[in-house]
Amino acid sequence: MYKYDQYDQAIVDARVEEFRDQVRRRMAGEMTEDQFKPLRLMNGLYLQLHAYMLRVAIPYGTLDSRQMHMLAHIARKYDRDYGHFTTRQNLQYNWIKLEDAGDILADLATVEMHAIQTSGNCIRNISSDQYAGAAADEVTDPRPWAELLRQWSTFHPEFSYLPRKFKIAVIASDEDRAAMRLHDIGIQLVERDGKLGAAFYVGGGMGRTPMIAPLIKDFVPIEDFLSYSEACLRVYNRHGRRDNIYKARIKILVHEIGADEYRRQVEEEFAHVKTLGIDPPAAELERITAFFAPPAFEAGIADSVDRSDPDFAVWLDQNVKAHKQPGYAIVNISLKKTGDIPGDASSAQIDVMADLAKDYSFDELRVTHAQNIVLPHVAKRDLYAVWQKLVEADLAAANLDLISDIIACPGLDYCSLANARSIPVAQKIAKRFADPVRQRNLGELKLKISGCINACGHHHAGHIGILGVDKKGTENYQLSLGGSGAEDTSIGKITGPGFDEDGIVDAVERVTDKYIQLREGEERFLDTYRRVGFDPFKEAIYG
Amino acid sequence: MGNLRFRDDAALDQPAVALSAFLDQSNATAVRLEPGEDARLLIPHLDRIALVEVAFPKFRDGRGYSAARILREAGYAGELRAQGDVLVDQIREMRRCGFDSFVPDKPLDEAVVATTLARYDNVYQRAADAAVPVWKLRHG
Repeated sequence: MYKYDQYDQAIVDARVEEFRDQVRRRMAGEMTEDQFKPLRLMNGLYLQLHAYMLRVAIPYGTLDSRQMHMLAHIARKYDRDYGHFTTRQNLQYNWIKLEDAGDILADLATVEMHAIQTSGNCIRNISSDQYAGAAADEVTDPRPWAELLRQWSTFHPEFSYLPRKFKIAVIASDEDRAAMRLHDIGIQLVERDGKLGAAFYVGGGMGRTPMIAPLIKDFVPIEDFLSYSEACLRVYNRHGRRDNIYKARIKILVHEIGADEYRRQVEEEFAHVKTLGIDPPAAELERITAFFAPPAFEAGIADSVDRSDPDFAVWLDQNVKAHKQPGYAIVNISLKKTGDIPGDASSAQIDVMADLAKDYSFDELRVTHAQNIVLPHVAKRDLYAVWQKLVEADLAAANLDLISDIIACPGLDYCSLANARSIPVAQKIAKRFADPVRQRNLGELKLKISGCINACGHHHAGHIGILGVDKKGTENYQLSLGGSGAEDTSIGKITGPGFDEDGIVDAVERVTDKYIQLREGEERFLDTYRRVGFDPFKEAIYG
Repeated sequence: MGNLRFRDDAALDQPAVALSAFLDQSNATAVRLEPGEDARLLIPHLDRIALVEVAFPKFRDGRGYSAARILREAGYAGELRAQGDVLVDQIREMRRCGFDSFVPDKPLDEAVVATTLARYDNVYQRAADAAVPVWKLRHG
């Protein structure tokens, strides 16, 4: 894990004081709300329906037990004893008082955390693969490059007032666990002729106009990593649309001028930017990389697991994934127990996960974009003990990637942008499919719900997606099928007229029933959908 | 009060002309750039420019930050002025992009400006100012 040095700490500490001062000036009436808004947003503080919401950055979703305990502490002390893990691998508090914001940031700074650029029209928290450093299929650990981007983008003077928010993901394997091509910039680290480089995909995104990012450059030499990023951003800052907030994301620019023209402009800018000396020396990357060295794995430990407890075996098969190191495994902790709010965890649960990380996972945790938590490095001999502790804490739902492992945004229960509630729909669907045998029979099925067109719940990328809209003052839910946020990225297609809250649950069931009827062999829902197409499902839904 | 200037030379006593007018006439030495205008069109003429005024009609429109850096990167050493909806919490970023004078629509509190500019001892990235990025401090 990355550790701050005196420079990193000084920057975050200065930020705390700066934000305290900004809050003070706002509360003293020296700033209007309109002037304060972009400042608080660049620090992750939103004014929601009922209170301020504070979004805390968890860079590339990696944190240690000390940081996790601090998140629990803040939830307990300043909020209502829980936090919400987000699709951006961050954590949100929903009930914050403006006057506490400075103290919260000060608490976070004591554990090398902050809320810098978790909102606003700037470069947001860098996201990454939750299995980084543990997955066998990565060419390298992507997090050092994500950290390099974090530092480069922090208070970047030229890119603090972009046309719109800007999200970057970095992965290093062909299997995409981070929805890389649905980011403004998606970067895949690749190897060519024994050398490391980066493939840049630019102009993806969800929201009102979902787009899959086209490949802009297949191999950026690693020593040009920041220069190339800077060139991509400068072209966007200069030419991205500012006349219409709904057309301001980089995906619209790339779409309107075309990937070839965007590439030409970036290459031209890059030829100039590369002369400015903005890429740090290799020694800096080596310094950062050293923090991500593999933990001290024990060699030659047992690679088998006692499966005699049937409940444990079910969890093992569903939530535990292969690790690159023999004798170790990746544990996924589902925050999607039936009836729970997707992504929410109580302070007590956050503390339990922190303790498990410390005792069993080399003091490391990850947050996933699917709103779950990962213990990346657990010895197989400890899996049963870990599971027992998860059971005690109500954290042992064995439903990873099943239909009840729903991504849902906070929706109209919290969010001032939402048109409809997401949480009750997620809860009703989870209840409808509560039978674990039925869920497992349905297999991998990624269901994602957004409460408005901004698509924070990634509905476009759901195998089954649900979008809440406002239809003449009542909540209405549109269904879409066939999306994917994985390496086979696709955008779901809307089935037709929407449904009310109970109607959408029935519609989902008609889709899954049809799938069971149509599937061949080991096909996942998505495979069947792609094979048979849209029409059989549409007919099943609308008759 | 309210205008800020971080230069030792005397201020130019000449109004800035619009870019199109500037490109059409050879004697103007001060030019004004609107947000959508291409700063690179000025590069062939930098040796005769003493003032570039970059307009910020809305503080949220950040195109002027790129315009400023492009001019400084091309070697422009004259006055670079941010004019318009310029807020105190933007001065630091603007200074880093190369602006050295400010004519805000609403006067700035100079004490707050001073505090703001002194707040951070370190920066993470190279820009158009002399600040040394921390990676350089780490590795010399």
